[in-house]
Parts: sequence; structure tokens; C-alpha cells
Amino acid sequence: MFSHHISPTIGASFFTCNINIDDTRIKLQVWDTAGQERFRSMAPMYYRNANAALLVYDITQPCTFSAIKSWVKELQRNVEEPLVLCVVGNKTDLETHRKVGREEASQYAASIAASYFESSALTDTGIEDVFLCCASGMITLSQDKLVRNLRVTTPHSDSPPTRLTSIPTGENEKPPLCC
Amino acid sequence: MNDSTEPHTDDEATAADQFFDTNEWKKHDNHIFILSSAGKPVYSRYGCEDKLVTLFGVMQALVSFVQDSDDSIQAIYAGKSLVVFLIRGPIILVSVSRSKESVQHLSDQLTYVYNQVVSVLTLTQVTRIFEQRRNYDLRRLLTGSERLINHLLDFTENEPEFTMNSVCCLPLSSSVRETISNAIISCCSKIKNLVFGILITGNRLITLVRLKKYHLKPCDLHLIFNMVSGSESFKTAENWTPICLPNFDSSGFLHAHVSYLADDCQACLLLLTVDKDLFFPLSAAKKNIVKVLRRTQCLDAINKALKTPLSVPDDIQTVHHFLYKCKKTSQMLAPAMTTPYHTTESANELLKQYEEMHSAIHQVGAPLNLIFQHTCTEIMLGWVNDNFEIYITFKPLISKSNCIEAVDKILKWIQKEEDKLFMLNMPTF
Ligand SMILES: Nc1nc2c(ncn2[C@@H]2O[C@H](COP(=O)(O)OP(=O)(O)OP(=O)(O)O)[C@@H](O)[C@H]2O)c(=O)[nH]1
Ligand SMILES: [Mg+2]
Repeated sequence: MFSHHISPTIGASFFTCNINIDDTRIKLQVWDTAGQERFRSMAPMYYRNANAALLVYDITQPCTFSAIKSWVKELQRNVEEPLVLCVVGNKTDLETHRKVGREEASQYAASIAASYFESSALTDTGIEDVFLCCASGMITLSQDKLVRNLRVTTPHSDSPPTRLTSIPTGENEKPPLCC
Repeated sequence: MNDSTEPHTDDEATAADQFFDTNEWKKHDNHIFILSSAGKPVYSRYGCEDKLVTLFGVMQALVSFVQDSDDSIQAIYAGKSLVVFLIRGPIILVSVSRSKESVQHLSDQLTYVYNQVVSVLTLTQVTRIFEQRRNYDLRRLLTGSERLINHLLDFTENEPEFTMNSVCCLPLSSSVRETISNAIISCCSKIKNLVFGILITGNRLITLVRLKKYHLKPCDLHLIFNMVSGSESFKTAENWTPICLPNFDSSGFLHAHVSYLADDCQACLLLLTVDKDLFFPLSAAKKNIVKVLRRTQCLDAINKALKTPLSVPDDIQTVHHFLYKCKKTSQMLAPAMTTPYHTTESANELLKQYEEMHSAIHQVGAPLNLIFQHTCTEIMLGWVNDNFEIYITFKPLISKSNCIEAVDKILKWIQKEEDKLFMLNMPTF
């Protein structure tokens, strides 16, 4: 539910979300980390064991786009296991105030092997696609034996055929909206 | 540090220096500033601190001028304004007020602001930063926390708990409160390193479970209340955040699992630990706590208590309002403000009068036990002894003996309802 008056995230928020792709049920554990500088030093706690990262910036504020680039560098330096990356340009409802072009952003995303999406939390557009992409990326990852912390559990007879649980967390990197 | 998105041009910069000459800015009665000892602006309650650079320069000059003679500036009386300084290591806090508070009161308010800064950064971090770079721009680390400072200042001005240095409890029968405390204790029994379990609603304490030997002072609890009520975002998910409680341990962070109990019960549970890896066990414990509270109908009891605000007992007709503090527990009672104090202005006016009485009673060097004063709109009494403090507002034109009778009735009522109005024992893990 969108609210204009929601206050900044304090520390980090945690929620889970269940997604079904074909016959696989995926439970995403998501950390939404705070953008405020004072929380920056806590970030490793959240991405350390992550399997995916959503890097969300504001298409009307170029500084937020630069900020995700430094987050990507930090992730590349510090996360050893493969990571599903999604770059998300948010606030498409403010198209008239756009300052970061779709072309530039998707090229950047391609250069770091990330998927690119645009969304609007205000009009609830494009968000589901981001999580779907994340989930299917993680299914692919789980087939890669190198990823130790993605668990595929054999189901009980009455539950869906395959279940994939990201034990630690998918992760939502939000750059500060203002520089 | 208030949001200002307009870009600065050179023209504006010149105008900016004159910013504090504008009526818009001058109309405020209680300005608060934070600066570093090097004179760098950190925070201004009103207006953008960037535009007040000259003013910050003057404040820093005043402080260092007095420091040069091995002394420390405390207050300046300037016409109708009172300027109060608080110097804490590398940080200078200044209050400029026209609303007749005492130096002590303003200085306490500055201490709260300072504590809020320490609460988001820890004293260790503040000290280290300025040791490394005296010229550091602290705003970098405080971006986003201005709102917490603003919110805290409003709290100190609009609620009596700050002046009374105590907390209000949500009235609950002692058996319900005990069930709640026990639920927290038993669901967390396997978790090591848990220091406090705190359940609050609005600015009311429901229960506080603590590790043996550890205590929380009202001023630290006020910072917790401030963080929760100032952060709408806590309502949407589970949260995990560092928080430093300056009077508990200013050197480091505790880690807090913060979440509301349920959509149908807006009480907020905080589980505070020294272990930063405890999120998932605490998250599981919280779910169990909610299960127990629902099963034992405690959620309903909390909701019911929330719908019945504390009021002056019906049979005490002569009293408009009162504040009572139990000194031993630092817990207080503040009935809801009713006519003629139902508007924000009149309520704040009354709070101001309580504050003046409180200052008069606690005057440094010449404390009093009793104050009795008449104005054209009310009679007020302030009385302090070893066990409690009470401040009462009577309707006007009431005889002294009627007043005394009413005081007696209030005290008897409090004594009778004591175990519901207060948390009499502080349970431990
Ligand atoms: N117009 C518009 N505004 C949005 C949209 N998404 C978020 N906002 C607004 O942008 C501001 C910041 O949004 P947040 O969700 O708090 O941003 P954040 O990155 O989580 O910030 P932190 O929690 O401090 O890290 C708020 O005022 C939101 O209302 C959107 O899609 N469209
Ligand atoms: Mg956020």
C-alpha cells in the first residue's frame, strides 16, 4: 500500500513474500535496508548471505543512480557467492521529471549482468515483475551447485512439487534518495 | 537541516546570510541549534542551518571566548530572550527562548537533544569522528535524524513526562500486566543476551522486562518512545535497528527488534539485545508472544485500555486536572486534558504553568515543598515530599479547605488503584 507520508526506514525492515513460478514455490526473505548514511556500516550484515539484490533508484534524481553504482561495487567486492542483480528505476509516474534515461540505465544494468526494470510504487506498476525475475533468477542459481545456501526441499505429498527457500535473504538495497 | 530542495545561487547566498532577519524565522519562541566546537552548523530547529552560518559563527565565538579564560558559558539574559548553552565534548548546543522557561529547564531540553544525537551515533563514534577531523560535517551522519530531533523537541514541549522526568503506564489490571510480562519472559527464555523487552503504545508503557541488575531511566525510555512514534515505517514490517541508550551505555549500540503486535492491536514490542545476529530468533519469539497474548485475551485488554483514557475521578468535582509522580518508580499519572484545557493551546498553556511550578519547587539552592497559587482562571497547588510529587489544577473560587479535601481524595484514589495505574514490580528475564 503506497503512502506519501511513510517515514524513512530505520535500520532495516524484514518481510517475506511467496511466489509461485510454474511448479515451484519460492519464499523470498527480503531485507529493505535504510538509505541513511548512519546505517551504511550495517549493510554487510544484510548482503553477506544474500542470493539477490534489488538496487532501486529514483529516475528523477541522478544522484540516486550514481549511488547504486557504488552499492554494486561494494557488493562485487564483498559477496563471494553468485548474486541475482536487479536494477530498478522507480517513480515512473513522474515521467515528466525524468533525469535518468531508460537507455542509459538498462545499458548499465547489462554491463553488470543485471536485469533492468522500471516501476512506480505510487501506481503499483512493475513491482511484481521485479520479484518474479528475482525468484526465477534464484531458481537458476539453485541449480548451480556452487550456491550452498539456497535450499530446494522435497515436498510433502500434499504441497506443491518443488519448494525453493532462500535461507538467508534476498536483499533490497535502497540508495538514499537525496545526496 | 530541514528539507530544502532549492538549489543555492550566489544571489541567494548573500540573501541567505540575512535569513535570520526574516519575520518568518523570528516568530518562533524557542530556537534550538547544534554546532560543532569548530563552529560547523549541525542542526537548526527552524530554517535551514546552511543559511545561518553567521549566527553559528557568533555562537561558537561566544563559547570559545569564555573558554579562553578557563570558564564555561552557561546562559545569557538578553532582554526578553534567554540564551542557554550546553557544551558536551565536541558538540555545542544552544537554546534561544522567549517563553520564560528556567535555565535548568532549557538546559535539560538541550541534554535531551544531545542524547538523541548520541542515540543514533553512540558517544564513541561522535568522539572518534571529531578526534580524527575537528572540522567534520556531522550533518552527513545525521541526515534523516533531524526529524527525530524535531519530534523529540515537540514531545518535551507538549507532554508532561519530560518535565516530570518519568513515564506514564497504560492502566491495566495487574493480572493482565503480569500475563503479558510472563509471555515475554517465557517466549524469550532460550534467548541469550536479551537485555530488555519493552511493550509500549503511544507514549504509554505496558510492560518492561529486564535482565537482572539492568535498569532503564525515563530519559532513555523517552528516546525509545520518540523513535517509535516518530517512525511510521515501523508499522509496515518487522524491523531491526541499532539504538544507543545514552544513560544505559553511551559507548555502544543495542540492537532492537521492533514490531507492532498485530493489525488489530497497535502496541509496539521492542526486544533489545547486545547480539547483532539475533534477528531471526527474536522474530520467532515475537510470533510466539503474540500467539500467547491473543490466546489469553491480552490483546483485547490492551485495546480496551486504549479506548478508556485516564480521567480525574468523577467524585472529585473541584479538580480540573493533575499530575502525579511516584518517585520510587519514576512513573507518573497525567489524566487526559478536558475542558477548559481541551484545545492544544490551552493544554500547552497549562503544561507551561506546571512547568513553572515544577521549576520553582526544584529551584537549585532553594527548593520548596509546597506552592499554592491563584490566578484569575484557576488555583494551582504543587506539593513534593519524599514519596511523590503532585501538581493540581483546581477550578477557581474554591476554598482552601476544599482544595485540601480534594488533594486527600486524589491521593486515596491513587492508593486504591495503584496496582492498575502503575507497574509496581519490574519483572526480569
Ligand atoms: N511519485 C512517487 N513517489 C514515490 C514513489 N516511491 C516512493 N516515493 C516517495 O519517495 C519518498 C521516499 O520513499 P521511501 O520509500 O521512503 O524511500 P527509501 O529509499 O525507502 O528511503 P529510506 O527508507 O530512507 O532508505 C517518499 O516520499 C515516497 O512517498 C513512486 O513510485 N512515485
Ligand atoms: Mg525505506
